[in-house]
Amino acid sequence: MKSTVRLQREPFDAALEAALLKRGRSDVGAVVTFTGVCRGNEANEPIAALTLEHYPGMAEAEIERHAAEAMRRWPLLGLTVIHRFGRIEPGDDIVLVVTASSHRQAAFAAADFLMDYLKTRAPFWKQVERKDGTSWIEAKQADDAAAERWQEPAARRDAVE
Amino acid sequence: MSVKLRYFAWVRERVGKAEEDISLPAGVTTVGGLMDWLAGRGEEYAHAFENRKFIRAAIDRTHVPPETAIKGAAEIAFFPPMTGG
Repeated sequence: MKSTVRLQREPFDAALEAALLKRGRSDVGAVVTFTGVCRGNEANEPIAALTLEHYPGMAEAEIERHAAEAMRRWPLLGLTVIHRFGRIEPGDDIVLVVTASSHRQAAFAAADFLMDYLKTRAPFWKQVERKDGTSWIEAKQADDAAAERWQEPAARRDAVE
Repeated sequence: MSVKLRYFAWVRERVGKAEEDISLPAGVTTVGGLMDWLAGRGEEYAHAFENRKFIRAAIDRTHVPPETAIKGAAEIAFFPPMTGG
């Protein structure tokens, strides 16, 4: 199973990365590609750009841990995560998650899981650049709640059964 | 014991530096204790660590809660809640 995690300043090619995951194999039946894009507005105010700061070393390690967790939970045939850092302008891509599996459910679920964890656990911070200065984006409660959905404590599993 | 401290995002801006090497004073044994001690080092540190609810920590590049012991740590990082993705 092919798993790739990359952090880079440069743009990525989502279509190329998706094609690479299924190249030369016939067992892939589903490829899910998620691209996170820089919006031109933040909190209803126009922005000039986002600057993403990250913790080199830890960011890779944290994403790789969650990639391994995704592979443990779902029958994936391939997985690629690319997260950009540095200055990114509205309309440009920030993050890419591609998952490949024999069937769509695993590919959708794994991509959703990885994005929820990237939002709340990967050490990246977004700074907003406006005409009149810069400010840091605050973490959203909704993102924490989204990530918590994936926790699988024994207690909750028992409660459901 | 000597340890490298690293700061990110607004914690870095408030402290005024990205990293520093410090000698851990006797009696500082946990991540939370280290934050208390740092907050007493001057105005910029007090400002950076004024609201612990919004500070996250990592020891040797792994997320840790404030009650974690820092014995044996080589690198301790402080940063705001993450906003990647």
